[in-house]
Amino acid sequence: MNMPPPDLVTVLAGIVGVLIVASLIGYTLQRASSEPNAVIENLNDRIQAWWVMVVLMGLALIGGKTGVTLLFGFCSFAALREFATLTDTRRADHWALAAAFFVVLPVQYYLIWISWYGLYSIFIPVYAFLLLPIIAVLRGDTDRFLVRVAEVQWALMICVFCVSHVPALLSLEIAGYERRNVLLIAFLVIVVQMSDVLQYVWGKLLGRTRIAPKLSPSKTVEGFLGGTLSATAVGAALSWMTPFTPLQAALLSFVIVLMGFFGGLVMSAIKRDRGVKDWGNLIAGHGGFIDRLDSVVFSAPIFFHVVRYFWSAA
Amino acid sequence: MGRIVGFAILLFARFITAVRGRWEGIAPVDGQRIYFANHASHGDFILIWTVLPPRMRRRTQPVAGADYWLKTPMRRFIGRDVFNAVLIDRERENRKADPVAQMVEAIDKGSSLIVFPEGTRNQTTQPLQPFKSGLYHLARARPDIDLVPAWIDNLNRVMPKGEFVPIPLICTVTFGAPLRVAEGETKQDFLDRAQAALLALSPKAIAS
Repeated sequence: MNMPPPDLVTVLAGIVGVLIVASLIGYTLQRASSEPNAVIENLNDRIQAWWVMVVLMGLALIGGKTGVTLLFGFCSFAALREFATLTDTRRADHWALAAAFFVVLPVQYYLIWISWYGLYSIFIPVYAFLLLPIIAVLRGDTDRFLVRVAEVQWALMICVFCVSHVPALLSLEIAGYERRNVLLIAFLVIVVQMSDVLQYVWGKLLGRTRIAPKLSPSKTVEGFLGGTLSATAVGAALSWMTPFTPLQAALLSFVIVLMGFFGGLVMSAIKRDRGVKDWGNLIAGHGGFIDRLDSVVFSAPIFFHVVRYFWSAA
Repeated sequence: MGRIVGFAILLFARFITAVRGRWEGIAPVDGQRIYFANHASHGDFILIWTVLPPRMRRRTQPVAGADYWLKTPMRRFIGRDVFNAVLIDRERENRKADPVAQMVEAIDKGSSLIVFPEGTRNQTTQPLQPFKSGLYHLARARPDIDLVPAWIDNLNRVMPKGEFVPIPLICTVTFGAPLRVAEGETKQDFLDRAQAALLALSPKAIAS
């Protein structure tokens, strides 16, 4: 195993510090309130889940490429399991779904692991999207065929293709940034998570005007603006761990945050359409895996390709 | 050996279904019970078994058809050694032992039971098939034991009949309020009541 880059240790120590402070605040709030308070309980559940996530992320990042690829491969699996649960797929889709889980997903992550950019960037949108409907059509059930095919394709796009672009960041070759690519993942994840938290905080403090009352009643214009700007500032302040200047880091953070926000709206719309509040119930206080991943899902491929285009030689 | 295989099966069940038990009408505490559930797949009792706390799991026996579980050495091992199933003869004509007597015997030894009152796996489009009368006779024979309805959701989609590769999908097991056979209740009234109690736990019934 390679030594983790020293900056990674700094970053992880910083996150653990922030979480300790958050846990202390959560504990104090709980002690201070005389009766059980749903908001505080939810906050503490979230902090606890963050501990788990940070420990897992930390282990994976220290484990290097194999660790990160395995972790996100498992996230994709859990996300796909949640997504498939909510689809209208039926008997005739059995083999297409089985192929999605047990062939497409492992192959995609294997391609990521061997850094075969030319294939992992088209494997799902070209090969899987054409082959899976063929598998489904062989069963001869044409009822709602287009809907069923589209559901499987979207499930793969969201849960596997997009998520796999997080570990794909490790395969970028950036001059002067060798062996430090795990920090790009840390940067992406921190900016996305901070944006979620800061939007929540700003929304609670100043939130008046709802931005999408039909989709997500808790999202407000004030929360969105405050969260976006402050998360962009956080991203700029983290430029030391990236190959970017502070201004570049701010711009990239802005893109990440915007994609994350609108990605969250899209995922909410899907949940509304299916009539559920959360994607699953795996993580207490956080709903399912997709509820935690939704902002990363939309920002990861865009972040990957922007960095690749402007910074990466390969 | 049976324990190790049992553990591996539980792990596999969690991997595929991320199954969650929802204790809505009763708490997961000790006590002898008869769980009765809908039956759509051979994995049904595995899911109930998985969501039971380990202490309760060790004292819970599924009731299953001997014709299926004794057919091959592999099934025999899983049915008998891993799950400690009470194997009953489903064919009325030439059976040697009385299923209700076998279940009563297991209860008298201190076990909880998992039963599927539909008798066979449900392959109709109806959410439940009519209950067989065994549940009533069992309830009559041991009237002081709670009958707990348990709705297993989604497992039929994980592995439809005839498929051998399971699709990972999230499953839930919802436990409802316990019931007992009432004084002077007729067989049909009781079976209807039990069936309604089970059906009321299905997400479709809750949504509408």
